[in-house]
Amino acid sequence: MASLLAQDQPSNPWFTWDYVANNRQDILSALEQHVTLTVETILIALLLSFPLALLAYRYRRLAGPVLALTGVLYTIPSLSLFAFLAPFTGLRARTVLIGLVMYALLILVRNILAGLDGVPDEVREAALGMGYGRGRMLLSVELPVALPTIMAGVRVATVSTIALITVGVIVGYGGLGGLLLAGFQNNFYHAEILTASLLTVALGLTADLLLAGVTRVLTPWARSRS
Amino acid sequence: MSPLHAAFVWLNDPANWQGRNGVPYLTYEHLYISLFAVLLAAVVALPLAMALGHLGRGGGFTVTVTNVSRAIPTLALLTVFAATSIGFGNRATIIALAIFAAPPLLTNTYVGIRGVDRDIIEAARGMGMAERSVLFRVEVPLALPLIAAGFRTAAVQVVATATLAALVGGGGLGTIINAGFGQQDQGQILAGGVLVALLALLTETALALVQRAVTPGREKRRTTRRAVEAADAVSVS
Repeated sequence: MASLLAQDQPSNPWFTWDYVANNRQDILSALEQHVTLTVETILIALLLSFPLALLAYRYRRLAGPVLALTGVLYTIPSLSLFAFLAPFTGLRARTVLIGLVMYALLILVRNILAGLDGVPDEVREAALGMGYGRGRMLLSVELPVALPTIMAGVRVATVSTIALITVGVIVGYGGLGGLLLAGFQNNFYHAEILTASLLTVALGLTADLLLAGVTRVLTPWARSRS
Repeated sequence: MSPLHAAFVWLNDPANWQGRNGVPYLTYEHLYISLFAVLLAAVVALPLAMALGHLGRGGGFTVTVTNVSRAIPTLALLTVFAATSIGFGNRATIIALAIFAAPPLLTNTYVGIRGVDRDIIEAARGMGMAERSVLFRVEVPLALPLIAAGFRTAAVQVVATATLAALVGGGGLGTIINAGFGQQDQGQILAGGVLVALLALLTETALALVQRAVTPGREKRRTTRRAVEAADAVSVS
């Protein structure tokens, strides 16, 4: 009786190479969409965050409002943000992109500001004493000193973007999130759900390690000190 | 009809405010899922963080837990749990959300207890207090502002994340948005977005007030700064 019952239940393992082999193309295209969206999000967010952070740094009165707005936006759930955007921007990749850029922007602006604020006054005075102008001091003294903090922000923004893209499935552009939901709707196809989950986590951790490596290469002085 | 107008019409339709798919019931469901998730996380994370903080061990452990949890998409964990024998619906959601509520509680409690002035602890020991009393009568009360900050971060994150449960058969306010996308009803999508955002912002405001209430005056600025640093570990959902 028990064996009959067991046979009635089709086996639904959490992981099989069969699933991976049979759906290679789907997995690869979901992965590609995920990586593309991540890279686009971070690049756009970086481009926008530097001018904003520098503005808030130069005009200190702006820093308070900028950071407060940051906090409020950060409280709004991603699904809610996509719901605000979708009626106006449509069921397209750009809806996901705009939402994710907003979140990444917040992390980056805050970390760039924190990095610049962390530059010791003595360093700044020494640069001024050596005859550096404001622009040259920013590029060759302040930004390099702030780099570790800025890169920490880039890492956090990248890892959370990779996790958040899955929610984009609501407008049809969720990268690996698309596989997650397809697996759920396809009678709880365990192998599809777990493969997509593990790939997303692996992608996040790989990106984090890569960026940690980039930080080490960019800041040789910090490396020799530790 | 513009999406804004459609959302206004949706919110003013009495049918959307009644029964098990109405806004009041879904809000109640959303809040009780969140409450149980935070409580479950607290039962596990608080004793662990208090023990680690008191012994001064495990700083690296709390950082690792936080970093790894950031890389796990909430939606992935919700889907995995919804597809197991834990079953669909709210029980699976509560467990999945509790896993994400634990790191901020762990980090804040640990940082709060480690941050207690060593001289105070030495004085307590010198007065003959047992280790247990040092923890519960000295360290925990002094760490309370940061523990409260941890609860605030965890709760706000859980309320936000609970929205995603709707994508995988769960309840709560997210179902309004999910059903709206399903029917391509622009007004409902936008109305759901507004309701969810309002609930998240209200939770944040209410718990910020609680946190202020348990923080002594001269500590306010310092605690806020430390809580912000500890909360940096936390992600959007």
